[in-house]
Amino acid sequence: MKKLIIAAILLLVPMFASASGGGIHLESANIDLTDQASLQNGAKYFVNYCMGCHSLEYMRYNRMAEDLGIDEVDLRQNLILTGAKPGELMTNSMRPQDGEKWFGTAVPDLTLVTRWRSPDWVYTYLKSFYADPSRPYGVNNLVFPAVGMPHVLTGLQGIQQPIYEEYLNEGGLTVKKVTGVSAPAGGSLSPEEYDAVVRDLTAFLTYAGEPMKLERQRLGIYVLLFLGLFFIVSYALKKEYWKDVH
Amino acid sequence: MSTETTATGFLGWIDKRFPLTKVWNEHLAQYYAPKNFNFWYYFGSLALLVLVLQIVTGIWLAMNYKPSAADAFASVEYIMRDVDWGWLIRYMHSTGASFFFIAVYLHMFRALMYGSYRKPRELLWIIGLIIYLAMMATAFFGYLLPWGQMSYWGAQVIVNLFAAVPGIGEDLSVWVRGDYVISDATLNRFFAFHFLLPFVLAALVFVHIVALHKVGSNNPDGIEIKENKDENGIPRDGIPFHPYYTVKDIAGIAVFLAVFSAVVFFAPDLGGLFLEGPNFIPANPLKTPEHIAPVWYFTPFYAMLRAIPPMFGSQFPGVVVMFAAILIMFFLPWLDRSPVKSVRYKGPIFKAALALFAISFVVLAYLGLQSSTPARTLAAQVFTGLYFAFFLLMPFYSKMEKTKPVPERVTK
Repeated sequence: MKKLIIAAILLLVPMFASASGGGIHLESANIDLTDQASLQNGAKYFVNYCMGCHSLEYMRYNRMAEDLGIDEVDLRQNLILTGAKPGELMTNSMRPQDGEKWFGTAVPDLTLVTRWRSPDWVYTYLKSFYADPSRPYGVNNLVFPAVGMPHVLTGLQGIQQPIYEEYLNEGGLTVKKVTGVSAPAGGSLSPEEYDAVVRDLTAFLTYAGEPMKLERQRLGIYVLLFLGLFFIVSYALKKEYWKDVH
Repeated sequence: MSTETTATGFLGWIDKRFPLTKVWNEHLAQYYAPKNFNFWYYFGSLALLVLVLQIVTGIWLAMNYKPSAADAFASVEYIMRDVDWGWLIRYMHSTGASFFFIAVYLHMFRALMYGSYRKPRELLWIIGLIIYLAMMATAFFGYLLPWGQMSYWGAQVIVNLFAAVPGIGEDLSVWVRGDYVISDATLNRFFAFHFLLPFVLAALVFVHIVALHKVGSNNPDGIEIKENKDENGIPRDGIPFHPYYTVKDIAGIAVFLAVFSAVVFFAPDLGGLFLEGPNFIPANPLKTPEHIAPVWYFTPFYAMLRAIPPMFGSQFPGVVVMFAAILIMFFLPWLDRSPVKSVRYKGPIFKAALALFAISFVVLAYLGLQSSTPARTLAAQVFTGLYFAFFLLMPFYSKMEKTKPVPERVTK
């Protein structure tokens, strides 16, 4: 029996061999969903830099304003740039076929991006553009190779240069591979300031992916407290009834 | 002891027209269950609880869900954002699906351990397996409804299994889909079936309980308590289900709901296991995801499907093995030749076989979630072999083994 178990465990070892690895290391986004200033800043950057192409088609302006502590005047003046009403969804006027023509693919809606990628992925992605003259918009991305999107935040971050590593592949040819990027140059923000902007953007998108997240966690504590109490009472009842079972 | 009424007044009026007191007594107040139920005996009533939760939350979801390819994905997000408490109802439903399978798998494992499938409970076991099949069908239909990428491509893969049937396969798969690919037509019919099947399931559960109460509950010792009755005809090791097991199950429900709520409120996607990342992307018939896997409760069978190599250019053998893995469970009552029911009194070989079977099931579930590599395929083949060996070799190892003597009365 023991031999069987050991054999079974040994058999499992190769299964995990290829389970790790693959893809680039993602940096921790380290966001704080309770930080309204951060979320507001992220919303501001989103509507100004991203929303021309990317919609948030399941998110309503007024829901966002309410959750983020933005008053209606501010919302109408600074965050609704499309003439939409506050109760409307955060869509834009770009058509899917425009995206295919301009970027080679329909531009994805970003409401749920942090749920199918992850906040860390979005954060790292926004920091990982580098110059690549072979691409249509002159940039490529470490976490999303051959991405169709231009580096919209170049003005803030500047441009990073790729660091290549040359190695011989199995066929004996020299191959160049991007292993990292140099410090950005030419942006209006310092690297620390840029990181903060990207963090706020990520926080905002994480909020948009699940606006009720804080509410469900807050409620969850009360539910568990109630169930704990309910268990104590029901267990005491059970003990009382079972006293006469021998 | 009579279960007939002696009630007067309103209850008496009802009892003369409907056997209310009689039913109450026969199935609760004077249904004698063994007094030595342990931890494993919670999962029957818990599965029933989850079935009710699923039906109730499902009906409320259906009030705002739109079963059309154009609107389905957006209507789920509408429920999550704009419907009052919609997020809670939806998370309860999505988490409930997984917890239903957890409860039922543990319930089934209990039956394996204590021989609850043995004579006279063969039909009870078979009805249970039909419930399991109905559950899997319900879950499969339901998983398409959010209309995410995984919904879409998972359904595509499973429906394509029908296409592997020799001869009629292509026509069969088109008949199931109502189209040449998974489409609006498929979504509509899957919604119809997903709404219908839970009520069939409820009816089957009723039949399951009727069968249980005819033969009486088994217990961890595998003793028939009905064979040892006192002068009043009451089993000496039996206690009335109500109030003893009702109050005990309520305490169990409190614990179960706490675990359930911990997932619903703090980790509704459970790291991609209960709600998968790719299912937050709307279904796109033109973009196949890199890695398609069903939800965890189907992955043991999916791993078996992938483990069997195509033969004569057909995937059919894999499909046959996958269905055989479920079908073989129907024969279990006649495969076990041990003189005792419970694992407590069986020998070490049966214990090892059962442990190995449980390990195989879990490992296959894990393998089914991963993309396949040669090493994993080999592992899946080995564990598929072990899975079937548990059943196919049972007539031999259960019979030849020396068993321990079974006590007269139940033990603690």
